[in-house]
Amino acid sequence: MSINWYKYASPASFYFLAGRMIPYFSIAAIVLLIIGLYIGFFVAPTDFQQGEAYRIIFIHVPAAWMSMFLYLVMAFWAGIGLAFNTRLSSMVATAIAPTGAMFTFIALWTGAWWGKPMWGAWWVWDARLTSELILLFLYIGFMSLQAAIDDPRRADKAGAVIALVGVVNIPIIYFSVQWWNTLHQGASVSVTQSPKMAASMLVGMLIMSLAAWMYSIAMILMRTRVIILERERHTAWVAELKGAAR
Amino acid sequence: MLIWIIRRDLLLAMRRQADVLTTLFFFIIVVSLFPLGVGPEMNILRIMAPGIVWVAALLASMLSLGRMFSNDYLDGTLEQILLSPTSLPLLVLGKMFSHWLVTGVPLVLMAPVLGIQYDLPFSALIVLTLSLLLGTPILSLIGAIGAALTLGLRGGGVLVSLLVLPLYIPVLIFGAGAVEASTAGLGFDAHFSLLGAFLLVSLVCAPWATAASLRISIE
Amino acid sequence: MIWNNWSEFFSMGGYGLYVWGSYLVSFACIAGEIWLILNRRRTLQKYLGLRDESTIREKK
Repeated sequence: MSINWYKYASPASFYFLAGRMIPYFSIAAIVLLIIGLYIGFFVAPTDFQQGEAYRIIFIHVPAAWMSMFLYLVMAFWAGIGLAFNTRLSSMVATAIAPTGAMFTFIALWTGAWWGKPMWGAWWVWDARLTSELILLFLYIGFMSLQAAIDDPRRADKAGAVIALVGVVNIPIIYFSVQWWNTLHQGASVSVTQSPKMAASMLVGMLIMSLAAWMYSIAMILMRTRVIILERERHTAWVAELKGAAR
Repeated sequence: MLIWIIRRDLLLAMRRQADVLTTLFFFIIVVSLFPLGVGPEMNILRIMAPGIVWVAALLASMLSLGRMFSNDYLDGTLEQILLSPTSLPLLVLGKMFSHWLVTGVPLVLMAPVLGIQYDLPFSALIVLTLSLLLGTPILSLIGAIGAALTLGLRGGGVLVSLLVLPLYIPVLIFGAGAVEASTAGLGFDAHFSLLGAFLLVSLVCAPWATAASLRISIE
Repeated sequence: MIWNNWSEFFSMGGYGLYVWGSYLVSFACIAGEIWLILNRRRTLQKYLGLRDESTIREKK
C-alpha cells in the first residue's frame, strides 16, 4: 500500500492532515515537559560547582539547540520553496520563523539570568551568547523582510534568499565570534566526549529538548494552518468550509 | 559589457557629486563624533580607533546601498538590464564594483586622515587602510544582496541595514581585529588572509545571489 | 526527593530569583506565543465565517 505523499503537498489536504496531527504533538509536548521538569528539579542532584543555579540549563540548552535547529529547518523549507516553487514549503518556512525567534530570545534571556550568578554580570560578551544574539538578528531580518513585502509570492522568495544567505553565514559568524572571544568554557555536552554532567542531568535536558521539539512542531503546524487559511481564503475549498458553516 | 556598465555608473555618479560626498562626510562626521562622546582621553581613543573607524565605514557603505539599484529601478533601465543577453551576475558585479569605487575607495583614502585624529601610530594607520581596502569590497558585495531584495519596498533603507548588518559582523571582527593585532604586535596576516577569503567567497557568490534577488524583486 | 521542604525548594539554594526568573519568563513567552496564534486563528475564522473545523468532515 503506497501512500500518495504528493497529496499532502497541496495546502488543502495538508490543512486537514496538520489539523489531525496537532493534538498528538501538543499532548506529547506537555507529557515530556512534565517528565523533564520533574527530573530536572526533583531527581537531578545539586551541581558541586554551581549549586542549584545550574537548573536553568534545563530550559537554556534546549532553547539554544531549538533556535539553531529551527533556523536550519526554516532555511531548508525556504530553499525547497524557492527551488520547486511549492507554496506550501514557503508557508512552512514563514511559520517557523516566529517560533525560532522566540526560542532564541528564551535562550538569550535564560543565558543572561544564568550568567548573573555564575559570571557576575547580566550580559557577558561570550562567544555563544553573542552568536545567539546575531541569530536573533537574522530571524528578525527574515521576518521583517517578509512583513515588508505585500505580494506573498515575492515575500516567500525574498525570504528564501535571505534565509539561505543567512544559513551559509551561520558557521562563519559562529567561528569568527569564537575567534574573537574565547571566554566561554568548552561545550559541556558534545556528541564525542562523555558528558561531564551526571546522567540524570543529561536525561532531564534531553527530555526537555524533546518536549521543546514537540512543542515547536505543534506550534509550527498550527501557524502553517493559519497562513494557509489567510492565503487561500479565495479558493474553493475554503469557500466549502464556509459553506459547511451555514 | 562589464566595462560599459562600470563606465556608465561612474558617469552617473560623477554627474551627481552630492551622493559621493554625502557618504564620505557621513563617514567623517560619525568618526569625529566619538571623541565628543567618549572624551578626549587619548589612550582610550587610541584603543577604540579601529573599531570606530570600521563601524563608521560599515554604516557609511550601507547608507549608500539603497541607491545602488533604486535609480535604475525607478526609470526602468533595470528591466532592460535584466533582458540583456549578457549574464546578469556579470552586470551586477559591474554595478557592485562601481558602487565600491564610488563609496568604498573614498572611505579607504580618508581613513588614515581620521586615524591621525585618534593619534594612531603610523604602522597601525597602514594596517587600518589596508584592512579597509580589503574589507569595503566585501561590504559592497554582500550589501548588494540586501539592496536587491528590498528594491522598491517602503522603508527599504532601514530594512537593508536589518538584513545586511548580521552578515557584516565577521568582516567587522577581522577588519578591526587586524589593526588591534598589529598594534599589539601579534601580526595581522591571519586576519588579512581571512578577510581575503571572505572577499573571494563573496566575489563568487554575491553576484549570483543578487541576480536571483533582482529577478525576484522585478517580477 | 532532594528538598526537605517547599521553602527550600523555592529558595533554590539562594539562586531562586535567577532560576524562577528565567523559567517564569520562558513559560510566559511560550504562553504568549500560544495565545497569539489562537487569537490570530479566532479572528481569521470570524472574518472568514468558518465554524470550528473539528465539526467539519474532511473531504476524502
